[in-house]
Amino acid sequence: MNDRAVVVEDLSRHFGRFRAVDGISLTVDRGEIFGFLGANGAGKTTTIRMLCGLLAPTAGKGSVAGFDIYRQAESIKKSIGYMSQKFSLYPDLTGRENLNFYGAAYGLDRKQIRVRTQQLTERLNLQDFVDRLSSSLPVGWRQRLALGVSLLHEPKILFLDEPTSGVDPVFRRKFWQLLYELAEEGVTIFVTTHYMDEAEYCGRISIMHQGKIVELGRPFELVERYRAANLEDLFVDLIRNRDNVNAPA
Amino acid sequence: MRQLRFIAKKEFYHILRDPRSLAIAIAMPILMTFLYGYAINLDIENIVVAVVDFDRTLESRQLADRLYQSTYFSRPERSVVFEDPEAALRRSQAAAIMIIRPGFGEAVRGRERFSLGMLVDGSDNTLSAAIQHYSSVIVADYTRDQMPLNLTVPFIEISTQVLYNPDLKSSHFFVPGLVAIILMMISALLTSITITREKETGTLEQLRTAPVKPWVILSGKIAPYILLALLDGILVLVAAELLFGIPFAGSELLLLGFGLIYVSAALSVGILISSLVKTQQVAMIAALTSTMLPSVMLSGFIFAIRNMPRPLQGLAHIVPAKYFVTIIRGIMLKGAGLDILVIHGLSLVALMAVLMTVAARKFDTRAG
Repeated sequence: MNDRAVVVEDLSRHFGRFRAVDGISLTVDRGEIFGFLGANGAGKTTTIRMLCGLLAPTAGKGSVAGFDIYRQAESIKKSIGYMSQKFSLYPDLTGRENLNFYGAAYGLDRKQIRVRTQQLTERLNLQDFVDRLSSSLPVGWRQRLALGVSLLHEPKILFLDEPTSGVDPVFRRKFWQLLYELAEEGVTIFVTTHYMDEAEYCGRISIMHQGKIVELGRPFELVERYRAANLEDLFVDLIRNRDNVNAPA
Repeated sequence: MRQLRFIAKKEFYHILRDPRSLAIAIAMPILMTFLYGYAINLDIENIVVAVVDFDRTLESRQLADRLYQSTYFSRPERSVVFEDPEAALRRSQAAAIMIIRPGFGEAVRGRERFSLGMLVDGSDNTLSAAIQHYSSVIVADYTRDQMPLNLTVPFIEISTQVLYNPDLKSSHFFVPGLVAIILMMISALLTSITITREKETGTLEQLRTAPVKPWVILSGKIAPYILLALLDGILVLVAAELLFGIPFAGSELLLLGFGLIYVSAALSVGILISSLVKTQQVAMIAALTSTMLPSVMLSGFIFAIRNMPRPLQGLAHIVPAKYFVTIIRGIMLKGAGLDILVIHGLSLVALMAVLMTVAARKFDTRAG
């Protein structure tokens, strides 16, 4: 159990008749960068929200950091960091005030917050931006600040929901370097993205379509298996020809 | 609790750094106090009544003078055309026209029956009722004074003493009720806006991935608004005292206690609204319409509930303002204590408890 960061079995979430997530199964190992791909509305965000304890599943089993997603949501919350595509900062607070606030929300004491803020601002190069209102920061810096917020309490698993949307390529590259460093330190990273170049950075990826996982594996192996030119072609073909593809388990 | 304190502190930052909402929270109550205290005036004064005197005797002129000496009536700016007195009503130059036919003076001197004509503009029914009442009193006064002293007719009159609002000023009637309306609107509005704002920025979701209990988030967020609402209440009461000289007969502490309960009910309405809508704009409209109309119409603030059709009376029972209007008028104007207000107080507590529970449930849910 210790080296399994995320275990999901037959997990479903229905909204009325709509099956947003329809019986998915997957495991993510500790320290792995797991890419969670799919078109808009495929069920990626719904899955992440269930794993983070924001949404109750309709059916199926799941554990995060060894804790059951139904009964131990509070323990899960202490072990994970979450960053959404909105970056979720208070625009009328400065970077430091955001960090202080979220630090307190995670139950860190004053000294821990000060030390972690110091570490993170250095690591993320935020020194010049941390005392400005977060609404005045360029998108790339807002994204780093949001990452800083999700790392304050030193989580074991990081859930990133489209963390690079709207961010320019230079910042995206640097962002992924940071993710690599974190993974090497043993942090598991569960990330959704629309950028195929980013998907190639992942250890393994899954491709989701209409609530189901249609393919799962190492990026280059998948490209080879389907004899696709690259990951992007593979993704487009898989989604477009979903009915003709008989995906092996 | 540390988390709760931090959430409350952050909420204060939001309030202080957003001058617009702070302005709404402070300026709106004051503006409304002015509006209701000055502009909306149900006091009957200086109604323009024209006298068309065909009699032209000493007596007819005495009667007209009597009329205008009272504070209720005043003369029209332009004299009325004798041939078509009604024209003055049509043009709204007068609210009523008294017509003194020839023979009035003679009738008074001879103590005969005589009938005066009165044309009243019925398009404002409150005013026309007042005109009829006041004018007949003045005429009765006048005729009584014309009686020779040796003639004794039994004369019975009612000696009325008005308690609690001796001058029957409508500001005394309105302003305490206004506190109820303002507290309800401001509390529901600000709470629903602050929660939906966090939905818009995604920070509410971010906060929920942290190990913070929903009730801690909720309490931390609404605590500053309880203070703000109470500040508003005090602001209106001070204005009431300074501008309108409205007395405060009862216990301030008792009012504060009930005020807290009432504000909690109002905040719950705001939380409920924010659980149903996604954006600040919709929340603002929903909060204003869902609190303003019932609180003004169904609380007894202006209109008496017992005169309403049954279904509306039933509806009024779930309007928190109905109880608070009664309570605050009782405390401020009559000096009523807990012993008298206990029924209304308990109803308010029950309503608040139900609203709070439902709101907390709605906020807590993971099903959304």
